[in-house]
Amino acid sequence: MNVEKFSYDNGIVKKFAIATVLWGVVGMLVGVLAALQLVWPDLNLTSWLSFGRIRPLHTNAVIFAFVGNGIFMGVYYSLQRLLKARMWNDTLSSINFWGWQFIILCAVLTLPFGITTGKEYAELEWWIDILITLLWVVFGVNMFGTILTRRVQHLYVAIWFYIATFVTVAVLHIVNSFEYPVNFLKSYSVFAGVQDALVQWWYGHNAVAFFLTTPYLGLMYYFIPKAADRPVYSYRLSIIHFWALIFIYIWAGPHHLLYTSLPDWAQSLGVVFSVMLIAPSWGGMLNGLLTLRGVWDKVREDIVLKFMVVAVTAYGMATFEGPMLSLKFFNTLSHFSDWTIAHVHVGGLGWNGMLTFGMLYWLVPKMWNTELYSKKLANWHFWIATLGILVYAVPMYWAGFVQGFMWQDFNADGTLVNGQFLDTVTILKPFYAMRSLGGLMFVLGAVLMAYNLIKTAGIGSFVANEATEAAPLLKTDKVHDDGYWHRTIERKPMRMLVISLVVILIGGIVEIVPTIIVKSNIPTIASVTPYSALELEGRDLYIREGCYNCHSQMVRPLRFETKRYGEYSKAGEFVYDHPFQWGSKRTGPDLHRSGVGNDMYKSAYWHYAHFLNPQEISPGSIMPPYAFMCDDELDVSYTQAKMEVMRKIGVPYADSTIASFAEDMDAQATAIAISILEVDKKDKYTDADVAALKKKEVIALIAYLHKLGSDIHKK
Amino acid sequence: MLKYIKQHMETIDGIAIYPIISLLIFFIFFALLFVYVFRMRKSKIEEISAYPLSDDQPSINPLKSEE
Repeated sequence: MNVEKFSYDNGIVKKFAIATVLWGVVGMLVGVLAALQLVWPDLNLTSWLSFGRIRPLHTNAVIFAFVGNGIFMGVYYSLQRLLKARMWNDTLSSINFWGWQFIILCAVLTLPFGITTGKEYAELEWWIDILITLLWVVFGVNMFGTILTRRVQHLYVAIWFYIATFVTVAVLHIVNSFEYPVNFLKSYSVFAGVQDALVQWWYGHNAVAFFLTTPYLGLMYYFIPKAADRPVYSYRLSIIHFWALIFIYIWAGPHHLLYTSLPDWAQSLGVVFSVMLIAPSWGGMLNGLLTLRGVWDKVREDIVLKFMVVAVTAYGMATFEGPMLSLKFFNTLSHFSDWTIAHVHVGGLGWNGMLTFGMLYWLVPKMWNTELYSKKLANWHFWIATLGILVYAVPMYWAGFVQGFMWQDFNADGTLVNGQFLDTVTILKPFYAMRSLGGLMFVLGAVLMAYNLIKTAGIGSFVANEATEAAPLLKTDKVHDDGYWHRTIERKPMRMLVISLVVILIGGIVEIVPTIIVKSNIPTIASVTPYSALELEGRDLYIREGCYNCHSQMVRPLRFETKRYGEYSKAGEFVYDHPFQWGSKRTGPDLHRSGVGNDMYKSAYWHYAHFLNPQEISPGSIMPPYAFMCDDELDVSYTQAKMEVMRKIGVPYADSTIASFAEDMDAQATAIAISILEVDKKDKYTDADVAALKKKEVIALIAYLHKLGSDIHKK
Repeated sequence: MLKYIKQHMETIDGIAIYPIISLLIFFIFFALLFVYVFRMRKSKIEEISAYPLSDDQPSINPLKSEE
C-alpha cells in the first residue's frame, strides 16, 4: 500500500482565527459607536467620526473583516481535511492572509476620511476594488490547486459551496465595481440611476447570499457533523439544497427596490424568486438541525453545538423573514425603517456571529491540542450573546413598526398625523438606546471569548503542521460503473465551476441586461439636465459624508409618501446620477424633493444654519453637525476632470459648459452666498463676506440639494 | 410602466416561446437533479457524508483498497 505522509497547515488557520476575533471586536465596537450616535448626536465628535462615515466602516468591518476572515479560517481548515491535502501553496496562503488584512487596513484608512464610492457595501474606492479582485484570484488559485491535488475521490458538499462562493463573489464584485477613476481617491460608477441601482442591489443582495450565506453553509456542513460526531442528516438533501439555492438566490436582488423607479417586471421577478427562496433556505436549515437528531442531549453539554444551534435557528428565522419582506405588503412598512435593521442583525449576529464563535471554540482547542480553558466562561459568552441578539433585535422590530405606521397615519381630513418627520424619529430614541445595549452585550461576549481562547492557547501547544497520511489519488483510477453524470461533475471541479457560473449568470443577465440596453425601460424626461459644476461638487460632498446612510432619494408612489414629500420619483430623473443615491434607510427624511419648486424646499439660509447646528433648527434632531463644511473651502482642483469623466460615461456636458465651469460655479455660489448673508446679516454684509462664504463646501452642497428633484417642475 | 415593456416585448418575434423555454429549463434542471439524487447509491452517500468525520485518522483511499 502506497501511503503518502504530509501535513495540514494549521499556521494559516491560526492567523485567520486571530484576525477574525480582532476585527470582529473592532467592527462590532464601531457598530456600538454608530448606535450610540443615534441616541446622543454629540458623539459625532469630528468629521471622521460622524455617523455617515462610521456606518460604512461598521458594515464593511463586520462583513469583510470579521466574516471574511471567518470564511478563510473555516475554509482553510476544512478544505485541507476534506481533500486530504495540504493547501496547494503556502506562499499563496500567506499572500491571501496578509493581502486581506492590507485591504481591511485600506478600508480603515479611507472610509472615515470620506473616500468612498457611495454604493452601499461596495464603498471602497477603485484601486482597493482591484486589490480585492487580485486577492480573490489568489484565494481561488490556491483552493483549486488544492482540489486538483486531492487524495479523495469526491468533493464533499461543503466544497461545492466554497466553489460557488468563489465564482459568484468574483462576478458580483467585478460587475458592480465598474467605475471610472477621476484620480487616486475618486471614481464614478459607470452605471447611472436605475441601472446603477439594479446592479448595486443585485450585488448587495448576493453579497448576503454568497459572502454571508453560501460559505457559511459550507462551513455548517463541515463543522456541525464534526461537532456532533455524526454525518449530515441527508446528503441527498444537501445536493438539492446547493443547486436550488444558487439557482434561485441570484434573482432576488430587485426585492430591495420595490415601489422604486425600477421597471415593474424586474421588481416582480425579484419577488417571485425571493418567495421561492424559502424552500432551499429551509431545506438547508433543517438539514443542519436534523443532523443533531438523536444527540440533542449533547447540545446541552457541548458549547460548540450550542452556538451552532442558535446560528442555524437564526438562519431559519432570517430566511423566513426575507421572503416575507419581499412581499410588497410587508415591504411598504419595512423598507426604509428599522425593521430591515432588525432583520439583518438576526442574520449577522445570529447566523454569522454565532457560527463563527462556534467554529472558534472548536478550532482553538483542537489546533492547540488541549481542552478549552473555561467552559463556564464560554457558557457565559453563549448566554450574553444570545440575550444580546434579543436585546438588539426586539427594540429594532418595535421601532420599525412604530415608525413605519407613524409615517402612514392619516387624519380623517386627509392630512398626515405626523407631518413632522422628526416626531417619528425622537420617539425612537429609547429603542435606539436599548439596541446599543444589545450590541454592547454582544461585543462583551466576544471579548470574553477572546480572553478564553488566549488562555486556551496558553495552556496548550500549537500544532503548526499537523502530520497525517493518506493514499494518493492516482489519475488512472478507474471510475466505477455507477458514475452518474453528477459524480462526473464532482470529479471534474473545473466543470463544476463552469456550471455554477452559468447557473448564477442566468439570473443576473436576464434582469440586468434588458434594463441597460432597452432604452424604453428608462423613459427619459426632456427637462432633466446634468448637474452644474457646483452641484456636481456638492453631490460629491453628499457622497463623501455618507448622507445616503440616513437619507433616501426615492419617493415611492404611495399616498403617504407623496403627501409627505411630493411627486413620486421617476426613472428618468436619475439618468445623470453616477452613482445613484436612493439610499435604503430613512433615519432622516427623504431628500429627493428638496429642490427648487417642491414643497420640501428649504432656503439656502435654513440649510446653512441647519448644517451648522442641526439641533438648534430642529430640536431633538439626531443629525450630526456639519459645521466643518461651513469652515472648509471647496476643493475645485478636480472639477474639470470630474466633468470630463462624467462626459466619458454618458453625461452630455457641452465643451462650452466644461470650459466655463469656473465662472459658472462662481456665479451660482455667489448667488447662494448672498441669499444666506441677506438673512443672516440683513444688509450689513460686505463683499468680503460674500467672497469668503461662496468658497465654502456647504455652498456646493446646498446647490446640490436645491437641484434635487427640481427638473420636473421646469417648463 | 408596463406599456413600455409590452411595446418592446411585442417587437420580438416568437416571444411567446420564451417563457415556455424558461419553464422547461427550470423544470428539467430540477427534475434531473431529483432523479440523480434519488438514484445515488446508498453506500456512496455514506462514504461521502463521512468525509468530515474521518479526517482525524490517517486514511487510505477506499477505491485503492478495493482493487
